[in-house]
Order: sequence, then C-alpha cells, then structure tokens
Amino acid sequence: MVGFGGRASIRIAFLTPAAVLMLLTLVAPSAIIVAYSFLTHGAYGGVERPFTIENYTRLYDPLYAAILWRSLWIAGVATAVCLALGFPLALFISRSGARKNLYLSLVILPFWTSFLIRTYAWMFLLRDTGLINTALQALHLIRAPLPMLYNDGAVILGLVYGFLPFAVLPMYATLERLDQSLLEAAADLGAKPRDTLFRVMIPLCAPGIRAAAILVFVPCLGTYLTSDLLGGSKTILIGNLIQNQFTASRDWPFGAAASIVLMAVAMILLFAVRRRGEELL
Amino acid sequence: MKWPVSSGQWPAKTGDRGQRTGASVLAWYALLIYAFLHVPLLILAIFSFNSSKFTVWQGFSLDWYRAAFADRDLIEAAANSLIIAACATVLATMVGTLAAYGLWKRSSNWLAGSMYLSLVTPEIVTGVSLLAFFQWSFRFLHLRLGMHTVILAHVGFSIAYVAVVVMARLRGFDPELEEAALDLGATEWSAFRRVTLPYLMPAIAAAAMLAFTVSIDDYVITSLVAGIDSQTLPMVIYAMARRGVNPALNAVSTVIVVALGAMVMISERLRRRA
Repeated sequence: MVGFGGRASIRIAFLTPAAVLMLLTLVAPSAIIVAYSFLTHGAYGGVERPFTIENYTRLYDPLYAAILWRSLWIAGVATAVCLALGFPLALFISRSGARKNLYLSLVILPFWTSFLIRTYAWMFLLRDTGLINTALQALHLIRAPLPMLYNDGAVILGLVYGFLPFAVLPMYATLERLDQSLLEAAADLGAKPRDTLFRVMIPLCAPGIRAAAILVFVPCLGTYLTSDLLGGSKTILIGNLIQNQFTASRDWPFGAAASIVLMAVAMILLFAVRRRGEELL
Repeated sequence: MKWPVSSGQWPAKTGDRGQRTGASVLAWYALLIYAFLHVPLLILAIFSFNSSKFTVWQGFSLDWYRAAFADRDLIEAAANSLIIAACATVLATMVGTLAAYGLWKRSSNWLAGSMYLSLVTPEIVTGVSLLAFFQWSFRFLHLRLGMHTVILAHVGFSIAYVAVVVMARLRGFDPELEEAALDLGATEWSAFRRVTLPYLMPAIAAAAMLAFTVSIDDYVITSLVAGIDSQTLPMVIYAMARRGVNPALNAVSTVIVVALGAMVMISERLRRRA
C-alpha cells in the first residue's frame, strides 16, 4: 500500500465526506434505535421515560415469537430453494464457453429491473382472476380459481424469484475458479458422477455456497415488501411487524426492540457462517 | 438447434455419452430457469397492450399507456423519483469513490466496518432507524420529512455499494503507476486525478448505474422517510398494486423496465467503446 507521504490531510479529505454521511445515516440512527428500544411509548406515538426492558420481554409473547420463527422458516426455505435451483444454473453458466457472458447477463438482468415491479408481476399471475387461474378455467381444468396468492407459498415464490440472482452469482464465481483437474481425478479414480458432485464439487464450492446463502437469507429474513404484497394480511413477518409499529400502531419502542432483535439474528448468522480470511462482500 | 447443447467444456473424455446427456439435461434445466426469471415480466408487458381490463386478451390497444401518462400523481411521482435518484447518484458516487480510494491507501476499520454494516442491515431496519433519527433531529432543526430526507437516506445506503464496486477495481491497480507520477513531480491530488481516476472510470460508471437503479427502485426505506409532498414512483406503484391489479400499472411497469433496460444497455455500449 502506498502511504500518503506522511501527510494525513489528503486522506482525511478523501474519507471525511463518507465518514460524515455514515455517521448521519447509519451510526446516529442506530444509536437512536437502541435508545428508543429501552423507552416507553408515549400517548401520541412519541417516546417517554422511564427506561424499561419491557419491549424486549414482550417479544417472548407466543404471538410475537411465532412471527419471528415464521420469518426464520420462510427465509430458510426460500434460501434452500434458491441454492438448489441456483447451483445447477451456476454450473451451466460456468461451462458454457463463449456464451458465458450472455448467460450471465441474463441472470443479472433482473437486478436492473425493479424489485417492486417483479413482485407485482406475480400478483398479476397468481391472483384469483389472474392469468394462471383464467387460463386453467378456460381449459376447464378447474371450476373455481385456485387460491394461489396471499399465502406462505406465494411469499416464498416471490422471494425465490427476487433473490435467485444473488444465489447464482457467488456460486458461479467459485465454480468458475474450480480446478477442473480435481473433477477429472475423481472420475479417473472411479467416482460416479453423483459422488463427484456431492463429495468433490460441492465441498470445493463451499465458500461460494455460504456467500450465496448469506446474500439470500439476510434480506429474506427482513423482507417487508414481498410478504406485504404476496402474503396479504395473513402472512405477518418480522419486517411487517416492525413497519407496523412505526406507522399504524405508533409503538416506536416496541418496533425498535424488534429491529434490534432482527439485526442481532442477522449478525449472529453472518459471524457463524463467515470463515477466517474469507470475504463475503 | 444450438441452444440446449453445451459447447464441450465438460471435463473427462469428450464423446462420453453419459457426460453429454448430463450436459443437455443441464442446458434444458437452464432454459427453464431463464423462463422462470423472464417470462413473468414478459407477460406483464404483453397485457399492458390488452384492450380489456380483464386478464383475457381482447385486442391491441394503447389505452392503458394513455391512462398512465394522464395520471397526474404518477407523473409527479416519476419527476420526484428522477430528481431524487439524480441527486443521490451524483453525491453517493463522488463520496463513495473518494472513500474507496482513501480506504485503499490505508484501511480504516471504523469506516469499512460501518459500510459493511450498511450493506447487511435489512432495509426495514435502515428505514425505521432513519425515520426515528430524522424525527428526533427535527426537535432541534425546523425541518420536516421531504425530498431532502429521502435524498440523504438514498445517499447513505448507496455509498457502500459504490465503494464496493470501485474498491474491486482498485484491487487490480498497480500503486507504482501513482508513485511514478509522484516521482515525476505530480502532487498527490493531481496524481489521483490524472492517473488513478481515469483508470477507475469504468468502475465509477458502473457504480453510478447501480446507485441510480437502487435509488429509483427503493420503496421500503423511501416510504418511511418521505413526506406528503415527496411521493416517489415506487410509492405510487405500491399503492396501486395494493388496491389490486390494474392494466395501467402494467403499462407503467413496462415503461420503467424498458427504460432501465435501455439505460443499462447504452452504458454497457459506452463502457465497451471506452
């Protein structure tokens, strides 16, 4: 690394704007949320003393604990589906020679289109008078529309649709660097293709798979938009709970405590999955 | 037929029948996944040209586009979104690029750590903490939620994206090039501006694109920190979607997807030419 020739001033000039903005948009807001999570909610939505841990103990209430478990469950299923669907696609792209870039950009393309619009597309397809139900009824395959929207399945589908590219890219990156001779060695030593896949290829790709799991799981755990649009009022997840406390319910301290818990779960997972010397981002 | 045949990048012996079957199964599988990723948006776009309000094709019409462009709320929200995205992109790109360069020179755990944190914080948490912080600061400042709070929020969450993209390119930069400029009498600033910055340009352009798309698409954070007079396009779209399916919404969606797609393609062309 090059130093700044002993003059700290230029370095400070380069870093100060970012430091100030991170202070204003991340550090100070986080501090406020931590503080609010220990306060009492006021009659008109503000926060008041006394200090209390009641906001956290309330999260033990079976009603709220169920919301947290449900969020973990849905994020977990969505992540597993993304990994299972994404790995073969990553493998396909890493082996497609000259057309690699084309296939890769077909995966990245959804990144550049709106997440909100992609979620709306599924509302359009899945609702009672949507394309799928209309088509099935026109073909006389069903009489009454199938209830495909506003359930957990629709939320998982929406999450998989939204986050599949996040799973494919890191797995592709490790498959791309994979030493092909190791796979040949396995084959030469008599390994069946399935053994090569599960005992050689997948273990070697573990860093990419872990990165993919994190990149999908963390945003899925905190999802708000997908569960609100595709899950309707039945599928309340922790993201919806937090949003609700800060808007309709106007119980900011409780919402703050739920945010801290969500953040803590995400951080614990990040540190649990992260390996020494391995950069996820 | 070219599509489902992989181009022979398989290990082991070529011509092995089992391997080749495996390759073609994988190619068909990939085709299915690509269909899953792209067909829903395609269907959405097709039905924006339907003359019926219902999801049954009745004939070609541009009525829904007329309806969308006649909608005052939508147009105003689109203008707000463009202003916010433009401001946030310029600011975040400048600040994030400088920060990446500063961190590349000598790392700062504090700043790098807070950027990492900003990348992994769920959007909803970022949104409510910004809302709480803004409301708290309004006790001392005579301000209200509005475009400025949205822009500040967008700059905040875009800096880390920009820094990550620029940093990736800096890792491939040879510091000796800069040292050479210094040896030849350049000041540190002019060495940065004349040597390092041109090298970073493709990454900076890509980072700006990323910041722009992230800003123009954000709903969760924006809806929490926006004021009554600063409704953005995703907020209006969201409200329309909650009310139910509406072909005018398909039309708006198609316009947005095509516009973003065109932007990405043009910038990709420019990048290749450069």
